[in-house]
Amino acid sequence: MSLLSPADQEKLRESFAEMTAPVRVLFFTQTLDGEACVQTRRILDELPALSDKIAIEEVNFVLDKDKVAQYGIDRVPALALVTQDAAGAPRDTRIRFLGTPAGYEFVSLVQALMLAGGHASSLTPENRARVAAVNTPTTIQVFSTPT
Amino acid sequence: MAFANEHITAYAVEATEFPDLARKYRVTGVPKTVINDQIEILGGIPQDEFVAQALVNSQL
Repeated sequence: MSLLSPADQEKLRESFAEMTAPVRVLFFTQTLDGEACVQTRRILDELPALSDKIAIEEVNFVLDKDKVAQYGIDRVPALALVTQDAAGAPRDTRIRFLGTPAGYEFVSLVQALMLAGGHASSLTPENRARVAAVNTPTTIQVFSTPT
Repeated sequence: MAFANEHITAYAVEATEFPDLARKYRVTGVPKTVINDQIEILGGIPQDEFVAQALVNSQL
């Protein structure tokens, strides 16, 4: 039973069709964390069926300490979006999701997948230039709720 | 923004699942954006303002 209506699936399929680059969603999880991780898994399971550009890779938060450190994950469920550079090497987008990607967070996840997959950024050229000029480590946290 | 600059990392945080973070960053309404634990932006604001406010300390 899908979480998405057939109409929503169709809309997402059309949007994802604009993706030109593959995106891997690293899903950091642990079995003991219960409902949030289970629900996140259910949501993520919907995505690969809607685009051959999207793959889900589960990472064990407890056992896979190298990846947990590499992507700076300190809690679960967490997602890290990874795409490819021109040479086909993995490229970390540095886009992360903490918590179940439901509701508004699901909308944000879809937008992030599109961006990572090659869809044009919504930044204006002026803002893109401002962002490009950042030369110190900068962490942006956006808090939201599902509704 | 994170996708456009390798110095930037962006986290979308589900506030109700992580009350410790919501408390630490005094999240009383959403969306709330926190940059480098210092700058706070409440609500959705136009892109020009958002970028200007968010990056005010990020260029040496």
